[in-house]
Amino acid sequence: MDFFFFNLMPYGALDLDYDKKYASANLVLPNSYYDPEEGHKLYTRYMDELEYADELGFDGVCVNEHHQTAYGMMPTPAVIAGALARNTKNAKVCVLGRALPLINNPLMVAEEFAMLDNITAGRFVAGFVRGLGVEYHAMNINPAFSLERFHEAHDLIIRAWTETGPFPFEGKHYNMQYVNLWPRPYTKPHPEVWIPSQGSEETIRWAAHPDRRYTYLNVYSPFSAVEGFMEQYRRVCEDDYGYEAEDRQLGLALPIYVAETDEIAAREAKPHIEAFFNKFLRIPNELLLPPGYTSISSLKAIRLAKREMLGGGKEMERMNDLGMFIYGSAATVRERLEEFQDRVGLGQLCTLLQFGTLPHDLTMKNMELFATEVMPHFRGRERRLVSAAAQ
Amino acid sequence: MSEITTETLTVRDVELTLRRAGEGETLLLLHGANGSMSWLPVFEALAENYHVILPDHPGFGDTEAPGWMDNISDVSYFYLDVIEALGLDQFHLAGHSMGGWIAAEIGVRDAHRIKSLTLISAAGIRVDGTPMGDLFAWSPEETVGHVFAQKSFRDQALAMEPNEAQIEVMLRNRQMAARLCWTPRLHNPDLRKWLHRLDLPTLILWGDSDGIFPEPYAHAYHELIPGSELEVYENCGHVPMAEARDAFLGRLQAFTQGAA
Repeated sequence: MDFFFFNLMPYGALDLDYDKKYASANLVLPNSYYDPEEGHKLYTRYMDELEYADELGFDGVCVNEHHQTAYGMMPTPAVIAGALARNTKNAKVCVLGRALPLINNPLMVAEEFAMLDNITAGRFVAGFVRGLGVEYHAMNINPAFSLERFHEAHDLIIRAWTETGPFPFEGKHYNMQYVNLWPRPYTKPHPEVWIPSQGSEETIRWAAHPDRRYTYLNVYSPFSAVEGFMEQYRRVCEDDYGYEAEDRQLGLALPIYVAETDEIAAREAKPHIEAFFNKFLRIPNELLLPPGYTSISSLKAIRLAKREMLGGGKEMERMNDLGMFIYGSAATVRERLEEFQDRVGLGQLCTLLQFGTLPHDLTMKNMELFATEVMPHFRGRERRLVSAAAQ
Repeated sequence: MSEITTETLTVRDVELTLRRAGEGETLLLLHGANGSMSWLPVFEALAENYHVILPDHPGFGDTEAPGWMDNISDVSYFYLDVIEALGLDQFHLAGHSMGGWIAAEIGVRDAHRIKSLTLISAAGIRVDGTPMGDLFAWSPEETVGHVFAQKSFRDQALAMEPNEAQIEVMLRNRQMAARLCWTPRLHNPDLRKWLHRLDLPTLILWGDSDGIFPEPYAHAYHELIPGSELEVYENCGHVPMAEARDAFLGRLQAFTQGAA
C-alpha cells in the first residue's frame, strides 16, 4: 500500500457560526468571511505541511480544485502543485483532480499537467473529476452536460498527450482547430491518471476499462460502500475485461487522526473533524445536486427519504464507526487500516491528516505519528484474504 | 365541460404527448420549466371557447426527450415541425415562462401561421441590472416564495405532498429545464435582435411580484415587440393563470377574439 498526504487547504480561520446566517460554506457564504492575512498564513502553513510530508516519506502529496468556498482554497491547484514540484524531492505531486467539465478549454489542463510532469520528471499524478454539484452553480456550467463534457475533455487531453500534432479536435462541447501540445508529457505514454469519485457503476466501469486502468479513488463513503465499489471494480475487470485488477488501481481518501492514545486522539480530533463534516462540508441538496448532475433514480431516492446529504449533525464517533474517519492510537489506526487493506486490497491510501480547523501543531503531530508508527507497518505488507465467514 | 383527450403525435423521433379539449379556434399552449401543471387552472375554462392543445415538451411530463435536443432553439424548430404535423394554421399561440420563450423563438422564425401571440411571465431575454431569480438554487420554500405573491397560493403549494410518480416527473422536468436553460441562463442573447420580426398581435401578461423575471422584463419585452400590448397584474407572482385567474382569462380571450 502506498501512502499519500492530501491537503484540501480549507479556510481554517472560518467563523464557524456562519451557519446561523448562511446555508453553506460554499457559494452563498460572502467572501467578507475571508481575511487575506489569515489566508496568507494558512497557505504558508499548508504548503509547509505538504513539503514536510515529502520529508516524512509519504509516496505522494495531493492537492485539488474547489471554487468559491471555504472548504478548499485552491481554485487553481497548479499554483500549489508548481511550488511542490520544486520543493519536494521524492513524493509524487498529485492534482486530484481538476474538474474537467468546469473548464471551457480542456487543453489548458493538458498543458498544465504536461508542464508539471516535465518539471517533476514524471513524479506526477493527474486526477480528473467532474467537480462538486455546487460548482456548476459557481462556474455557471450546465450540470446536464457534466458527463458529456467530462468524457469529451478527457478524450481531448489524452489525445493531446499521446498524438502528434497539430490535429483538429471535433467535439460537441470542445472544438479545436489545432491541438499541438508543447510541452509533450514527460511520462510515456502519458502521466498516471486517477479518478476520485464517490462511487458510481458507470465511473467504475469506465475507469477500469483495459484502455485506461485508471486508479479509482473513493472519497467520503462509509467503508461498507467502499468495499462494494472496490469489489465491483475487481469483478468488472475480471468478468467483463478479462484482466485482474492490480491493487494500485484501488485507492481510498480518508481523514485520519493519530495520537498517543485513543482518548487523546478523540479529544484532540473531535471539534476539528466535526467542523470539517458539519461546517466546511455543509451544502443543501439544491446546491449539492443540481439537475442533471445526478441520475433521476438517485435524486428520487434522496427526495423520498427526505434526506439532506450534507446537512450537518455528523458526530465523530459515528463517522469512525462508518469508516469515514478513523482516529486513535497508532495501534488502533494500524488495525483499522489492516482491516481495510485485507477486505478490499487497497493499493493507495490518501490520508487527510489536516481537516477542517485542525491547527498546525496537531496536524504536524498527526503526520509524524502516522509516518513513523503507521506507515512503516504497511511497507511490504500484502493483503491477507479474509474468508467470508471471518468477516 | 368539454372532454379532455390525451394523445401522442410522432414528430421526427419524438412521441409527443398532448392534451386536447374544446372546439373553436385553435389555441396552442406552451408550458414552462415546471411542466404543464401551470396551465391547469385555466385549461378547462379556455376549452369552453377554444380548441386547446397543451403538449408536454420533450423531456417534460409524459414526453421522452430525444438525445439531440440540447437547447431552446432545438425545441423551437421542433415545434415548427409539430405545427406542420398538426396542420395548424391561423392559430393562437400562448406560452408561459420557458414556454413563452419558446413561443417568441417560434414567432421570430416563422409567424405566418400564427394569428396571435401571448407571452406570459416569459423567459428569453435578459434585462441588465435586474437579475433574474435562480430557480435552480432555491429550496422548495424559497421557490414558492418567489413564484407566488399571495399567502393562500404559497400555503397551497407548500402543502402539496407529491407521490413517487409525481416526484419523478418533477425531477425529469427540472433536469430537462436545466439542460435547455442553464446557460446562458433562461435567455438567448440573440433573441432581442429579432423580436422586431414579431409582426403580429402580441400580448404580454405579467405579475408585478414575479420573483423569477421581475416586472422590468415585461416592459423590456413590450418595448422590443412593436405594437405589443402589456398588462401587469398587481399582487401576482410568476403564474398569473393562478393568482390573477379571472382577469387573465378575460384579457386573453378578449385579445384573441380581437386578433381576427
